[in-house]
Amino acid sequence: MLRAAGESSITAGLILLLFCAYLLWGTGVYTQRMQLQLQQELVEEHARPEPAKLRKIELGRAVAMLRIPRLGRDYHYAVVEGVDAEHLKKGPGHYPGTALPGQIGNFVISGHRTTYLAPFNRIDELQRGDEIIVDAPEARYTYRVTSQDIVYPDEVDVLASVPGKPDIEPIRAYITLSTCHPEYSAAQRLIVFGVLKKTEPRKE
Amino acid sequence: MYGWLWDRLPGGMGTKLLTATVLVAVAGVVLWYAVFPLLEPAVTLDEVTVRK
Repeated sequence: MLRAAGESSITAGLILLLFCAYLLWGTGVYTQRMQLQLQQELVEEHARPEPAKLRKIELGRAVAMLRIPRLGRDYHYAVVEGVDAEHLKKGPGHYPGTALPGQIGNFVISGHRTTYLAPFNRIDELQRGDEIIVDAPEARYTYRVTSQDIVYPDEVDVLASVPGKPDIEPIRAYITLSTCHPEYSAAQRLIVFGVLKKTEPRKE
Repeated sequence: MYGWLWDRLPGGMGTKLLTATVLVAVAGVVLWYAVFPLLEPAVTLDEVTVRK
């Protein structure tokens, strides 16, 4: 009897360990596959003779390529439109209704910190002045990090057109990244703010 | 439980070991590809969005 209880406990423990491994590494397999698809979409969009300046992007489609040199020369993720669970599994997600890359207003992206390839795992390392590059089909937009903040999950002011100031009309293009904080917790959100510094139209 | 199962595996030591390994592997694959994906949405340790 005691032996059976012990064996069941050990089995349960091993299964739990395996589940943690699945969360940390197994979930990334799906993201990897979806990223390839989204990146292919961006290549095709860019190859179109006249990339539309103001695209209407459907949920689940690719928005732009995100590059953050501070997090590695190879750091790049295709940003997907939408921030529901199904979208965030594919990669960092753009909040529908917030500004598009380079537009006046706030380009807001959320990304996983520990699961599904954990694209925003290390955004806490971003420092003031660091580049956040957004390669959209029509142009490359280079933002610079201005600050970081830690907020509660319902503090939606950070999503405003002027981050943190919902009553003010924007005259600049901002970027806002959000992920969970602390790592492995849903208690708070880590927010990184930036502002557009440079726009380089894509050469044909 | 495992002792009971072990006694019921057929064959000699080698066959038993092989069968046991295959059984464990099958259990692992079923968990990884069928059970865990169903459980994953219930784990909310990685909530990343800000919303009301």
